[in-house]
This record gives sequence, C-alpha cells and structure tokens, in this order.
Amino acid sequence: MLTPLWLTLKVALLATGAAGAVGIALGWWMSQRRFAGKNIVDAMLMLPMVLPPTVLGYYLIVLIGRNGVLGQYLDRWFGINLIFTWQGAVIAASLVSLPLIYKAARAAFEDVDGRFLHAARTLGAGEFEIFARIALPLAVRGIAAGLMLAFARAMGEFGATLMIAGNLPGKTQTLSIAIYDAVQSGNDAQALWLTLVISVVCVVVLVASGRMLQAKH
Amino acid sequence: MNTPRRSARWLGQATLLAAFSLGSVALHAQEMVVSAAASLTNAFQAIGQAFEKTRPGVKVTFNFAASGPLLAQIQQGAPVDVFASADQETMDRAAKAGLLADGTRADFARNTLVLIVPATAVAATTPQTLADLGSATYRRIATGTPSSVPVGRYTVAAVQDAGLAAALAPKWIYGESVRQVLNYVARSEVDAGFVYRTDALIEKDKTRIALTVPTSTPVSYPIAQVATSKNAAVGKDFVAFVRSDAGQRILDGFGFSKP
Repeated sequence: MLTPLWLTLKVALLATGAAGAVGIALGWWMSQRRFAGKNIVDAMLMLPMVLPPTVLGYYLIVLIGRNGVLGQYLDRWFGINLIFTWQGAVIAASLVSLPLIYKAARAAFEDVDGRFLHAARTLGAGEFEIFARIALPLAVRGIAAGLMLAFARAMGEFGATLMIAGNLPGKTQTLSIAIYDAVQSGNDAQALWLTLVISVVCVVVLVASGRMLQAKH
Repeated sequence: MNTPRRSARWLGQATLLAAFSLGSVALHAQEMVVSAAASLTNAFQAIGQAFEKTRPGVKVTFNFAASGPLLAQIQQGAPVDVFASADQETMDRAAKAGLLADGTRADFARNTLVLIVPATAVAATTPQTLADLGSATYRRIATGTPSSVPVGRYTVAAVQDAGLAAALAPKWIYGESVRQVLNYVARSEVDAGFVYRTDALIEKDKTRIALTVPTSTPVSYPIAQVATSKNAAVGKDFVAFVRSDAGQRILDGFGFSKP
C-alpha cells in the first residue's frame, strides 16, 4: 500500500537532485554571459514548463525509446532500457522540474551584487571559487525556493511519466499513477486513501521547507 | 445621427444570426454518446458513419477506452447512451450495479486472443507456444492491466491455464488499454504482447501474430443501453443497427466474427 509513496519520494528526490545540478549550473551561466540568441536559449529551457506533459513524454519516447535516437545505442552498446523503469520516471520528472530551478537560480544569481564578484576577481579568486564561495551562498534562498517547487512538481508528475515509465505496480507506479489506476478500475476507496496520503505528504513537505527557509533568514 | 439606425440594423443581424444558430442546434438535436471498448475503435467509427447516413440529424459521439474505465465513468454519472464492452465480466458488473436498461443487453461480436511480436523480431525467436515466453529472450511481455482491461484478464486466465503464471510474473508490462499494448509492440518497446486478432490486423506492417491463444471463456462483446440514457429511442436503433446485417458486415470487414 505504501510502495507508491516510497517510489514517489525516491523519484522526486533524485529528480530534484538531477534537475538541481543542471538548473543551478545553467542559471549561473545564463546570469553571467551575454551572447546572441540568449532569449532563445532561455525560451528553450522554459519549454518543459509550458508544453503539455504528453508532448514531453513523446519527445522522450522519440529520444530514449528502444528504437529512439539515443535509445537504440543505449540498448545496443550498454543494454540499457529506460522505458518502463523507475529511472525513466526520474528522467521525466527531472525534465518537467528543470525550468523551476533554472528560473529561480538565474533570478537569484542576477540579484547578487556584481561588485562582490568583481572584488573577488581582483583579489585573484578563480571563476569556480567565485561561484561556490560568493554567488551560491548569496543566492541560496532563491535557489532553495526553486528546489522546493521542483520537488513538489516532480512528486505530482503524471503525463510524461505514464508515457515513459508506464504503470507497473511496485516498479514504476508512483502515487499519482496509482490514483489514476484506482479511479480507472472503479476502486474509489483506494483512490481516496491515496489522495489523502499525497495531500498530507505535500503539506508536510511545504511546511518543513518553509521552516527551513525562515531559519536561514 | 445615423447611430440609432445602425444599431437597429446590427440588432436585426444579430437576431437573424441567433435564429440561424438555433436552427442548426435543432438540426443536431439528436446527439448520442456511445462508450465502446478500445478494440472496437475502427469498426465502431465505420458503423457510426453508416448509422448516421441512415438517420439524418443524428450525431453519434464515441468514447473509446478500456472497458473498466468506461464502466467507472458510467458509474460516476457520465451521460452515456450505449455501452459496448470487450468482455462479459465488465457488463455483468454494470448489470449488478443497476446501470443497464432492462432487456437491452445482447452479444454482437466475437474475437480471438493472439500473441504478437514486433515485425522486426527474427523468425527464429518467434514463440511457437506460450511456454516459449518463459525463455530469457522475452524480457518484457505486455498485456492490459488485469483489474480494468479485459484483454489483461483473458491473458491472466490463459497463462494460468498453461501453468506459466509464476514464470511470467516478473515480465509483465501493463497497458491502459489493448491499443496501448499494440502500440508498445509496434514500437518494439516490449518483446511480445497479448492483443485481439482485430488489433493485430490494424498494425500488420509493424507487428506479427506469433500464435493464437486459446481462452477458456470466449472473447465475446456485449452491448446494452444505459438506464439513465436520455436518447433511449436512438440508442435502441443504434444497438439494432450494430446487430443488423449491415452492422455485422462492417464488423466482419474488421475481422470480428459473429456472436
């Protein structure tokens, strides 16, 4: 009964981690560089939030499916199949939550006073040191808020996950898919129970992360 | 000074437009909804078109999904006039819940459970018997979710009869409907899948029938009018049309056999 909950938490945590690493790096990079077509890159990075999850799911099938652009090589060379696995669910959830972290991180980095960075540079700090020891600590609250939203989004991810990971009880059946499955088979009691579980977990996550943010203040 | 006159003309045009749109609403007043099993998709679309030709002014809207979710929708009060499921069990549940109009239930078609493989699969590895699925060549085998998709229930029963339930347990990939199973096989995401013969015929180029699977209960399709239907007269005509020679010819063309 609780398997979908643990699976959901595992998928959401790993997806937040993956999207966090990529999103923070991209946010830093985009806040520091100026180049032609920057707006287009920004729009592309925001696409996963705007496109319907089914479109993302289809892109992922075309990309990492067994006959997909990348998928056929993953299968042939490494024997890796991502479709119908919880790792596939992590990829889907990472993709949909990436824009939330990227946008929050970029805004937070852009708010950091450029004079601090410049001062560090004149004192001989390397670019990575400037990022890790000055920009990141100053931007941490904005980034944390982005991570929290991303985690919530990853927990609720449904459309792309269903297309990529399918609905395999005990393997890829996350809470949102378990609820869908229960409603589809007319099992209203179970749907209600799972709905209560995810609601309580979401409130707990939001309150806990809110406390963490206030403590940092 | 011509403002009042202009607005009077606008008013006249608007009234005329409203009258026209009301008229067109009246023309399409007879709109009925048919919830039908996913495996009936192509056949019922053809039947719907033929039926609309015999009944001008009637518009048939189809709602295709696995039989389980269709039943759940009707239970939750969806405005459905006619229900056609891919197994007797789902219809029995509908009858038990008092959702069917008395005396309207009838069987109208039969189908066969088949095992299909992707067309790209090498001939040497095509399963000859159900027991072959136990070999390591078949890592992923798709069928419908047994709790809500009839093809899943037929598959589970057939596999149990063959004594393979435990051997195949770790290999199952469950689709939301028989058409999703078909899609999984056509895309080679799974090594084999259980669908109906009529589905396999739709993806002839991308899938191949490996074997016909015997089922202890025949795959038979019941149809019935829904008790809460507000279009009972048209619903009755639709059911009659499906069972008529014209309807049966269309079903036959899509590979269904007689009830």
